[in-house]
Amino acid sequence: MNRSVVALLVLLGILLVLPLALDRYLLSVMILILYFAYVGQAWNVMMGFCGQLSIGHALFVGLGAYSAAALFQHFSIVPWVGMIVAVVVCVVMASFIGWLAFRFGIGGTYFALLTIAFAEFTRIGFEHFGWVGGTGGFFLRVTQQDQVDLMQLRGPPILFYYLALALATLAFVVCWWMLRGRLGFYFRAIRDNEEAARAAGVDVFRYKMYAVQISGGMTALAGVFFAFYYNNLFPDQVFHISRSIEIILAPIIGGIGTLFGPVLGAAVLTVASEGINQALSMAGYEVPGVKQILYGIALGAAIMFMPNGIWPVIARRLGFGRAYDGDD
Amino acid sequence: MPIEAIANIVVSGLLTGLIYGLMALGLSVIYGVVRIVNFAHGELMAVAMYATVFAFAFSGLDPLWILVPIALAFFGIGYMLQRGLINPFIDRPEHSQFILLLALALVLVNALLVAFGPDARSVFVDYALDSYEIGPLLVDKVRVICAGVAVVACAILFAIFRYTSFGKAIRACADNLLGAQVVGLNVKHLYALTFGLGTACVGIAGTLLSMLVDVTPGLGPAYTLLAFVIVIIGGLGSMVGALAGGILIGVSESVAGLLITPSAKSMFSFALLILVLAFRPQGLFRAR
Repeated sequence: MNRSVVALLVLLGILLVLPLALDRYLLSVMILILYFAYVGQAWNVMMGFCGQLSIGHALFVGLGAYSAAALFQHFSIVPWVGMIVAVVVCVVMASFIGWLAFRFGIGGTYFALLTIAFAEFTRIGFEHFGWVGGTGGFFLRVTQQDQVDLMQLRGPPILFYYLALALATLAFVVCWWMLRGRLGFYFRAIRDNEEAARAAGVDVFRYKMYAVQISGGMTALAGVFFAFYYNNLFPDQVFHISRSIEIILAPIIGGIGTLFGPVLGAAVLTVASEGINQALSMAGYEVPGVKQILYGIALGAAIMFMPNGIWPVIARRLGFGRAYDGDD
Repeated sequence: MPIEAIANIVVSGLLTGLIYGLMALGLSVIYGVVRIVNFAHGELMAVAMYATVFAFAFSGLDPLWILVPIALAFFGIGYMLQRGLINPFIDRPEHSQFILLLALALVLVNALLVAFGPDARSVFVDYALDSYEIGPLLVDKVRVICAGVAVVACAILFAIFRYTSFGKAIRACADNLLGAQVVGLNVKHLYALTFGLGTACVGIAGTLLSMLVDVTPGLGPAYTLLAFVIVIIGGLGSMVGALAGGILIGVSESVAGLLITPSAKSMFSFALLILVLAFRPQGLFRAR
């Protein structure tokens, strides 16, 4: 076992017992971090590994959330089944977007704008979709919060903490395994030089489709989690472009294309954002917008001075050089 | 539905569309030359709208006079933005540029929110309720004047690119960057000038639109998206395409507002965008 595996297992061990030491507020912060680490990892498959920039990932969160929530609410179908439906819906949607774009070799900025267009189109569609509440929002049945009902995913925040931890861990392991295999090498070949990959015999269209499908399907699970954790869904909140941007910030700040980047980025950004909240409320200066200004400045500074993200810098310092980019 | 009502809606959409076109032209010019997608485009326009609202409230001058200093100021702002902030990012990957401009957009729109609050403000000129009657058509006077100014501004921009020597130099940079550097053009300076011209367009469009819509900080992101939709439909980097795309979106928005519901009108625009990207990704008005 090498050093990075040991370090990761230690981290996982700490995370497993951590809730014992946390109050309700800190637990909710940890859930947010794990949630963003998971979606960031899902997005990273597409952008970080395969080089396809999506700024519309809220689409998959929203579709996943609404699919499972609607099945649960209207037909009392347990979320574990709803989850499968959500993944199928998102993979179909991802395939459609990918097929439209990659057929003509649409990439880069154009592809990013296409993903935004799909997310916005769906958002406005859901605002006029009465079956799931339209703009008025869609609400899930809430029962006694202190009883854990794993089958129905009803229970206290601690249930969702372990669920989010399981998701984030699973995504990490899956991505690590993916990067070591053929899929990962093909993805990175396409990312680094599409023409060269094609010339070397990689079926570029097919592997780009795989990347979009895997990423969309993974993000669907985040949507199901979102729906059952918050118990309410508003099209303007789940599908909005600012949600998509939130999703991609963690991996970009943490280190795009790295395995640990999304996790670190999620932790740094969530802590920073909560810290700014606390500091502003302590200073008695709670004007809406101030937080976002500070956030914007921090973001600009981060991309200016650490263009490859925080993790590569730290990894080198700590001597985890080989864990970077999963090349171990 | 009476044919006059539809004709009225189409004409009013067409006039608004010309202003949209001017806004999108700014985005398209910047992309066409500097190869940067300005994700803070709508936010810059929101800044221009607030500037107009306050200049109008304090001076009482017609916004059409306020337009000139705003255009000049935005030219300067754009020049400095490119020179100081964006130029180091020219060779960075797209997602880096995106994050930088996104950060700028976040700061701008929230600075407006902090400074002026979320309430809607408006510019109410004394001829706001006048209209022209042309046959069966009834057209707002403000809309006609604003569209006219937008057309003049576009014409000036076209003329700058076509007939002045620095317009020619800018086109040279866009055509062949290496060649432009070889013959000794100051690319950094020309890029900044282009960015300035683009932001001047959006400044003028902001002043004009502030006479037609209520101004809130939330308009920024919405107009950024709208500008993207327009330039992609017209063809990213194409000047004629931006203008034509603006008209197309202006008309389709107002017709969709009439036929479906006003809140679903931008769904129509995004559907158009998806269709164009699916079947003619280079845009309607651009050769492949």
